[in-house]
Parts: sequence; C-alpha cells; structure tokens
Amino acid sequence: MIAIIDYGVGNLRSVEKAFAYIGYQAKVTAKPEDILQADKVVLPGVGAFGKAMEHLAKAGMVPVVHQMIRSGRPFLGVCLGLQLLFEESSEIFGEQECLHKGLGIFPGRVLRFPVSDLKVPQIGWNQITRVKDAPLLQGVPDGSYVYFVHSYYVLPQDPEVTLCQTSYGIDYCSGVSYQNVAAVQFHPEKSSRVGLQILKNFAEQN
Amino acid sequence: MLAKRVIPCLDVKDGRVVKGTEFLQLRDAGDPVELAAFYDGESADELVFLDITASHEQRKTIIEMAARVAEQVFIPFTVGGGISSINDIRNILLAGADKTSVNSAAVKTPRLIAEGAEMFGSQCIVVAVDARRRDKLDPSRGWEVYINGGRVPAGLDVLEWVATVEKLGAGEILLTSMDRDGTKEGYDNELNRAVSETVGIPVISSGGAGNLKHLADGIKLGKADAVLAASIFHYREYTIKQAKEFLAGEQIVVRN
Repeated sequence: MIAIIDYGVGNLRSVEKAFAYIGYQAKVTAKPEDILQADKVVLPGVGAFGKAMEHLAKAGMVPVVHQMIRSGRPFLGVCLGLQLLFEESSEIFGEQECLHKGLGIFPGRVLRFPVSDLKVPQIGWNQITRVKDAPLLQGVPDGSYVYFVHSYYVLPQDPEVTLCQTSYGIDYCSGVSYQNVAAVQFHPEKSSRVGLQILKNFAEQN
Repeated sequence: MLAKRVIPCLDVKDGRVVKGTEFLQLRDAGDPVELAAFYDGESADELVFLDITASHEQRKTIIEMAARVAEQVFIPFTVGGGISSINDIRNILLAGADKTSVNSAAVKTPRLIAEGAEMFGSQCIVVAVDARRRDKLDPSRGWEVYINGGRVPAGLDVLEWVATVEKLGAGEILLTSMDRDGTKEGYDNELNRAVSETVGIPVISSGGAGNLKHLADGIKLGKADAVLAASIFHYREYTIKQAKEFLAGEQIVVRN
C-alpha cells in the first residue's frame, strides 16, 4: 500500500485517484501508524512552506517522515513536498522575508523565482531535462512536458542529487533523487500520460 | 520554456455537455468524463467546464461531475458558472477540480476572491471577467465589466477591476470579450493586451476564436498565456493537435 501523508494542506485526492487509475492502491491518511506500515510514502503539498511545516509538525509527521526515509522504503515528494525536504526556505510576503526551517533531508535552500518579466507563480506545462538516470524517469522521454504551479524552487547544495532541470528564466532543479528518496516540483498527477508513467515507476519500485 | 496553453471550454447543463457533441466519434459525447478524456488524449493542456444549469437544485450535479472527471482525467481542470460562495468553491475543489472560476459573485462580493485564495491558494481561484467595449470601434475608450452572463453592466472599468482582483489574490484571469463571443471574428486583442500589460498573473483569452490564426493572434498580439475556444474544437473544425501544430509553426512554444 502507498500512503499519502495528509497533514491538512490542500486536496490530496487527485494523487490517490491517479494511483487508482493506473491500478495501485493508495490511501490518503493522517495517521502516523498507517504511514509507518506502508510500503511506500508520498509527501504531497501545496501552498506556503512555513504553514505546511507547522501543520506537518502539529500532525506529528516530522519524526514519521524521517523514520520512513531512514527505513529505506521508496519515498516521493510532490511540489511543496519536494521543497519541504530541504533545510530552509526564505518566504517573501510583500516586503517581508522570513526564514523557515524544513525537514533537512537534503542540504540546500528554497528560493523565490527572481524578479523578471516572467510571471510568478509559474503556471502551466514546462519541460524537464534529465540530469541523471533514475528509475523514476524510466520510459519518460527527455524534454517531456509536465504541469507546474509554483513560485519557489529548490537549490540543492550537492548537485549530485539533481534528477532533472527545468528552465524558467533560470535553469532550476525540478526533481531530485537520492537512494530511496525522490521528489519532483511538478504535479505528476496532473501531467497526463507522462505523469502517470512517473507514478507507475514509483509504485513499481522496491 | 513554459508552453502556451490551449484550452477547450465545455458547457455543461444538468451534468451533460451541450453543444457540438454530435460531431465527436464517441460512445456518449454528452458525457463530460468521456469528452474530457478525449481532449486529454488529443493533448489539450487544460479543460474548463462551465456550468450553465439554470436551477439551483441541479447544482449538485456539477460537483458529482467534477468528482467523476477527477477519477479519469489527469490534466488540470477548472469548474465555473454559478459559483456564489466560499462553500461552492470548497465543494468543487474537494470533488477534485483544480481551479474554480468566479464571475458575478466576485464583483458582488470581492472578498470571496481573497477568502478563496487564503483558504485554498491563489492557484485555485480563476476570476472570469466578461468585458465589453464602451465604443465598439474605439478601444481607447476602454472596456466595461459585465455580470450575470454578460447581460448586466457592473459599473466597473475592466483594467481597474483586473488590477483589483490580482491584489485580492486571484491566480489567473479568464478574459472573455462579449463583443466577440460567438462571432468567430477573433479575440479582442486590444483587450487582451491591455489586461496582460496591467496584471502579472496569467491571462486566458476567450471569446471569438474562429480559426487557428485567431489562436496565434491571441498569444502574439494579445500577449495571452492561454487561449480558450469552444465551437472550433467541439464541431471538429480543428483538432487540438492541428491547433498545436499551427501554433508551433508560428514559433509559439506549445506542448506536443
């Protein structure tokens, strides 16, 4: 069973429905014991980093995530679920900048897209360029389009963890993969055939 | 590069798609789910469902529809039409829609945009703006916002209104030219450009697309981020694939 961590942020049903569509049982759950028993875990998320970390802590999920990752079972972060894996994020609201601590699985930071003539958030279909090979992108043609909605991106300290890159004013890391942990900035559950292939690749990992 | 989006719009009445369904070779082309899956297969980038159900009692059907679409179709979709409260927004998003579009209710209660954005995130809140020129032949006189299906002038200037909705937290603007809607003469690109240059959020151009060049013009001349069309796709005048190929030939980045 695939557990999808519910910590009160956003609608997680589409991830569950996408797994069901391709024939894998997944369950949205807020119970730490369900998650610890799962074969695989998905950490989804939309919205603001600080608020999400607060909710994650309140739901008692911070030690659960760490434990699952240490256990070696396949782990997938989606969208904000990628960003939360990093050490810290500098969120900008109006003129104010605040720093928020993340889960710290990967060294590195989460940054806002630089001011340019491009619109922020980036909303829509953009391409991923493969940086290294990993099971998650098996059968996914290089340069495939996937669906993004985000204002922040991750900057890993160790470039070796970068799985794929995307270009939006800057070339940024749109996916990471290291041992049993993978995470993507885009929404595979909204990326049509390519996205379903990625979810299938995850579901079939051991 | 971020691709420009091509979005078919489906009118839904009492849970069934109306208009153009007889032209598609589907088992049941009136079924929103089957139609949505068909357009996904043709590489439509998103879908917009517009609920034109008249009676309030039938509103439940659009929520059931959203839930069924979400089980079978894995591209983003927006549900709009008749949304009047934060509860309506919540129900549609929980059913599995990615975005809701609000129109008249946003004009009457602008706070709805702010509350929706705060609660669900800006990316979920599309504000639909129906615009009409003050003078058909002179765009320099500006555009007026219309509500209630384009029948009632709201007493608002379009450029002022879009700036307001952006500040309130709208994630995108679905901009329909009431002058062009249904004419097949092309989008009002003076309108599209004026709005695109006013706001920093994506603008979806709507109303008037009659051929593929119109789609390209909406992006090139109108500076739109996405183009929405209904009849040219539903009546199979063009497939989504043809539209994408044409746009690519015009040096516009599209998802293939």
